[in-house]
Amino acid sequence: MNARRHLALTAAFALIAMALPARAQAPSLADAAGSYSIATSSRIHFSIGQTGGGGIAGNFAKFSGKFRIDGGNVSRSSVEFTLFPESVRARERRIENFLRSSAVFDTDNYQTVTFRSTRVTQTGPSSANIEGALTARGKTRKERFAVTLTDWDKRSISFTIRGSIRRAPYGMDVGTPIYSNVVEFDMDIKGLRR
Amino acid sequence: MLRNGENDFGIVTIVLHWTIALLVLGLMVVGFAMRRIELDPALQFSLYQWHKSLGFTALGLALLRAIWWLTERTPRPVPGLHPFEHAAARQTHRILILLGIITPLAGWAVASASTLNMPSLYFNIIVIPHLPLQQSDSAEAFWALTHALLAYVMLALVAIHIAAAIYHQFVRGEAVLIRMLRSGFRRSDAAPVEAGEASEAVAGRNDP
Ligand code: HEM
Repeated sequence: MNARRHLALTAAFALIAMALPARAQAPSLADAAGSYSIATSSRIHFSIGQTGGGGIAGNFAKFSGKFRIDGGNVSRSSVEFTLFPESVRARERRIENFLRSSAVFDTDNYQTVTFRSTRVTQTGPSSANIEGALTARGKTRKERFAVTLTDWDKRSISFTIRGSIRRAPYGMDVGTPIYSNVVEFDMDIKGLRR
Repeated sequence: MLRNGENDFGIVTIVLHWTIALLVLGLMVVGFAMRRIELDPALQFSLYQWHKSLGFTALGLALLRAIWWLTERTPRPVPGLHPFEHAAARQTHRILILLGIITPLAGWAVASASTLNMPSLYFNIIVIPHLPLQQSDSAEAFWALTHALLAYVMLALVAIHIAAAIYHQFVRGEAVLIRMLRSGFRRSDAAPVEAGEASEAVAGRNDP
């Protein structure tokens, strides 16, 4: 009798012990409701594969944006994001200059790349897909990013965001097929509560 | 007809000669344009890729040309050519055949040593691997300079080669140009043979 009770207690403790870190690992989107602005400590990383392995990778140093998580209805959340492609950083100056040139971002004529969400679909307690209008080089297309909430507290919030964007439709097909048409975005976004 | 005769060039030599000539001159123009002229960056990028694909083609043909040159007989010199002129021509041809190989090899070395590590996708079909060279700024700069020097030296030699062909054909009336254009060209079509030259030519293809 006693032994069985003991076992049940142990099991209950074990469950709680597992549940606690799990709660920290998978924060809920609804709990993080609020308005945030995107902090400069965020990291916007991209990579493009090349035939035979390797490729080009880099990040953007200058960007801004804000987002709002609707606690009552996560699907009513929204995000606005602006990227300044002039601030692109890659492993070589030649690559940066090429990316800024008229062959790719054409930063002389198009200073920004923008994203404006149109639909948010929750895919799990801490994850969602964000669909929206991406505008680059004067062309606007519907794109989708996958968002996972990684951490939050009273003042700030962290996400990882991933997305695969085909660049050819934006008039940036230079270098294909040596370099993949698909740009992989891997972002760590930090939001500060407003 | 395919092979060289005693006095004439065969089709193989003629086709290789003019295909390589066209490729090399085209490569000079593309190479010069992509490096020395302010171009639209996307166009410049694609010229680099064309330059590499055409350059590899030139390398392949130049290797064939060299093997053919080493194994196939050389027709006798056209009559009327001074032994000194013949020796100079032989020397020029030898260097051109060599430059036809090492110039594109040096170009391949540029692509291989470049820190950009950009694959050479031959006509967008197949990746040609890099030469096993260390990738660094200095290695890239060294090979770029070597490649450019070799290319422009080859261009100068080609100019001399063309000038000599035109001079001998049209001023001196020796059939040097025509026999690289038309296979089966007979010595009897031109001036009669002089004994001295005939024996000089028989002496051997490889010493001028
Ligand atoms: C017979 C064959 C070739 C000729 C005549 C040729 C000629 C040239 C010329 C004239 C230039 C410009 C040099 C300058 O002004 O700086 C150049 C540059 C270049 N060539 Fe070639 N080329 C040949 C083959 C190749 C091959 C096979 C490759 C690579 C696979 C290659 C790769 C390059 C590269 C990468 C450059 C630019 C170097 C730099 O950045 O300074 N070339 N070539």
